This record gives sequence, structure tokens and C-alpha cells, in this order.
Amino acid sequence: MTMAIDLKGGAAPATLNERLLKRHDRRERTALSLLTAPGALLILVVLILPIGWLFWLSFFDASGEPTLANYARMLRPVYVKTFISTFQVAGLVTAACVLLGYPVAYLLSQLSERTAGILMIFVILPFWTSVLVRTYAWLVILQRTGLINTWLTGAGIIEEPMPLVHNLLGTVIGMVHVMLPFLILPLYASMRAIDPVLMRAAANCGATPAQAFRQVFLPLSLPGLAAGIGLVFVLCLGFFVTPALLGGGRVAMWAMQIADNIAVYGNWGAASALGVVLLAVTALILVVLRRIFKVDTFGGAR
Amino acid sequence: MLGRPATTTQITHLQRLWLYVLVGLVLAFLIIPCLIVIPMSFSGSQYLEFPPRSWSLQWYQAYLGSPEWRAATFVSFRVALLTTLLATVLGTIAAYGIARVRGLLPAAARGVFMLPMLVPLILVAIGCFFVYARLGLNGTILGLVLAHTVLALPFVVIAVSSGLASYDMNQERVAQSLGASRPWAFLTVTLPQIKLSVMSGALFAFVTSFDEVVVALFISSGENATLTRLMFANIRDQIDPTVAAISSLLIGLSVLLLVGSQLLRRGGERR
Repeated sequence: MTMAIDLKGGAAPATLNERLLKRHDRRERTALSLLTAPGALLILVVLILPIGWLFWLSFFDASGEPTLANYARMLRPVYVKTFISTFQVAGLVTAACVLLGYPVAYLLSQLSERTAGILMIFVILPFWTSVLVRTYAWLVILQRTGLINTWLTGAGIIEEPMPLVHNLLGTVIGMVHVMLPFLILPLYASMRAIDPVLMRAAANCGATPAQAFRQVFLPLSLPGLAAGIGLVFVLCLGFFVTPALLGGGRVAMWAMQIADNIAVYGNWGAASALGVVLLAVTALILVVLRRIFKVDTFGGAR
Repeated sequence: MLGRPATTTQITHLQRLWLYVLVGLVLAFLIIPCLIVIPMSFSGSQYLEFPPRSWSLQWYQAYLGSPEWRAATFVSFRVALLTTLLATVLGTIAAYGIARVRGLLPAAARGVFMLPMLVPLILVAIGCFFVYARLGLNGTILGLVLAHTVLALPFVVIAVSSGLASYDMNQERVAQSLGASRPWAFLTVTLPQIKLSVMSGALFAFVTSFDEVVVALFISSGENATLTRLMFANIRDQIDPTVAAISSLLIGLSVLLLVGSQLLRRGGERR
């Protein structure tokens, strides 16, 4: 019917179609955009609103009076100690992951796709295994009556069992095991993308293997490495399970402090403030990395 | 053999023998903890040992004979399957919407869907705990499924988006021009061609839910406690060899899922 009226008005068929197509286009865009609504709504209700609420809570004390005490409290020695310890653990774990993970990613990237694919199982199987299961395995290996201590005392190499777990050492070992795949996988992907011709060219120009690696390969692998480092460091900052089980209460971590504030003290204001700062630090690190290295820090993550 | 050049920069295998040894050690470090629990779980004595001096199935019997462990296993499977269903459906249609529309809005939507992966889990856990306390959702299956669905959505969206990136949307337009409605065109033309990506997203969703510990620690309890919650408490408070049996079963499950994901990937590459 509209068509008849429009034609009488003398509009050319082309403009008529244009208007109809535009309207159709708009309606289609709206309909397609709405497809994201159910998921986005769920994320809003279960994730964004609660965190907003926590943010709001962090500015009130237990009696409901507005206060900044929850943030001021973070300057107390016990909290400062937790922050330092968290950054220390995260730094140690990240450094260990780089030292252990870079050579693995490098060698795998130099092998044929087939061989690398087979060796990759060693990296991906832990990735698919529950963190809880792996943490339990480390406990079995490292504890006083665990494998290492039983073997070493049995062989007469040590008299007393060594304290390998329920301390910083055990926590770092367990965390490195969990984090290593997060470093190796994005790093491997970025190293695969480096054109091998460049290395041959460097050799042709007279570079020794070490020089070619240092001056050509290493700089080209840095963005992938930065993505891996950022991911591992950020995951370490908020890590709960492994430090809680392998730290034996001797390694104070940020996430555990948050959990304790709620489970032990029921102090929502303090827990919220800690959570807000953790989120801010996490976001800051990711944004800075993205700016500097132009990398999508979480693009390659599982 | 060892003196032969290993790369185009003419370094020999012998010269980088140290690299092979180091990588071998790191790979061993990665794989041993995943496998060592399995033989130990068949230990016949009262505590775990490696290698076991005698063999038995006692810890598996202890696991299957305990109503508590059985109930928790059932809860975990139920939550994981429901999460897989919900996250796969919501994530797939969202990824489709994001892929079809150009402009700022879908970019923003994509950002929202990546959020659950970026926010530290402990914060998700206490946020849920706090809000669920007001909604009466703590300790319920529904509460767990909703929280786990949010955690799983990024993985589904990433997997399906990568499938859609190599899919030619014009095929769907052809179907529509031949008279198919949009939903019908999606179901019969698009979905069959991205099904491997959807399935790998579903696999990620299942693992995300089934292995999730921190959120479950806070919001699951009583008869709706998950397997991971029970295991966490058990590992923290006592070292019960029953956990070794459960761990071995979970490792078996991981291997199955890993093989499944690799098959999906290989299928995707062949196409």
C-alpha cells in the first residue's frame, strides 16, 4: 500500500528502494545486536552489578557510616606485607616461567609442525588438568612424607625430611606449574609467526648463531613474550587455590586476604576495598601492556 | 648426527645440546605431576607410595562407597552440563550478533563478553556471594550454573567468533533469498558449518565449570557442594588418599577432553 502512495507521489523506484532498504537495514542491525543481550544481561547481573556494589560498599564502615577507613587500612603493616609478598611471589613465578618457558617455546617453534604438535601435548595436558588435581599432586610429591623426601631419606642422602611445601618454595613450584602453559602457548604462537628466512638472512650476512638469535629472533619475539608475562603476572596476583593449599598459611597472598576478610572476619568493607584495588591494578597492567606492545593480552588465552 | 647443522644459522645439534636437555627437563616437570598420581592411587597400603608395593582398588572403593563424594560428583556433572548448555547457546548467538553487525556497539559487546576472563576470580566469588545472599541463590544449583555460565561465556564467544571469521556470510543471504527465514537459514546453513567451533566452545565451557574452585568455595554448600569444593576442603584439612583416586579419574577425564579438543581442531583445519 505504501508503495502505491509513494508511486503516486512521483518518487523514483531507486530512492523508494533506498528508503525501504535503509529501514530494513536498521531493523536488522537492531535485531542482530539484540542477540548479544541475554549473555550481556547475565554478565551484568552476576558480574558487573556485584562488583559495582562491592565498590560502593568499600566506602562504608560496618555501621553504615561513609568512611575511607577501608582504604586507609591498607597502609597498615600487615596489609603492606601481604602486597609485598604477593608481588614477590608473582614476580618470582613470572621470572621462573620466562626462564623455563622461553627455551621450550623457542625449540618447539624451530621444529617441524608435526614434532612440535606431539611435544605440545606435554604443555597442553597440564593445561586441561584441574588446578586442584595438580596442586594435590605437588603436595604428594613435596610434603614431609612425600615422594622426594621419602626417596632422599631412603637413599641416605638426607637425614631429616626437607621442608619443601607449606612455604614459599612449595607455593612457587606449584604456581609455576600452573602458569607455565599460559606463557608458553602465546609465546609459541608468536614465535611461529617469525619468518625463518630472516634468520637465514642474518646467517648469510655473517652473523654467528648467537648473534642472529640475539639481534633478529629475540627482538621479534618480545611482543609475544610481553603478552605471556602480563598474563602470568596478572593471574598470579589474583591466584587463590594453589597458594592457599601449598603455602600452609606462611605465604600471604592478596586473594587469600580477601577471602579471610569475609570468611573469618565478615568484614565486607575491607574485603571490597582490597578487591577494588586488585581489580584496578590488574586493569592497569593489562592496559599498559596493550599500549606499549600493542598486544591483545588475553587473545590467545584458554 | 650431533655435528650436523640444526638450523639455517648453522648451529650444530651438539652446540645446543644444553637446549634439548633443558627443554626435556621442563617438559618432564610439566607432565610428571599430571601422571604420577595415577599409579599411586592403586596403592594397596594405608598411605600413598611410589612405586606402590602392593596394588588394590581400595581408594576407588572408598570414593564410590561414600555418599558424600558421590553426591558431590553428581552435583558437579549436573552444574557443568547445564552450564555447557546455557553458555553455548548464549555465547553462540552473541558471537553471531557480534560478527554480523559492524560498528562500535559490537566492539563494546565483545569487550563485555571478555570481562569475566579478566576479573580476578576471587572478586567474582565474593561479588556473587554477596548478591546471591540477597537473592537466596547461595547453595543452589541455579546460582552455580549462572555464575559458571558467566565464567564460560568468554571461551564460547572466542571459539565461535574464530569459526565465524572463516565463514562466508553470503551463503546465509543466498538461503534467505531462496525463501528461508533468518533463524532457519542460521540453523540449516550457518550452524552446520561452524559446528566444530561451537563444540570446542562447549568443551571449554564444560571444563571451566567442572574444574572451577574459587567461586564454588563461596557459593556452593551443603547438599549442593561441588566435587572441587569437597576436594579443596579435603586437601587442606587432611591428606586422604581417596583424593588420589578421584584425581586419577579427573586426569582421565582431562585426557578425554584434550583428545576431543584436538580432534575438533584437526577437523576444523582440514575443512
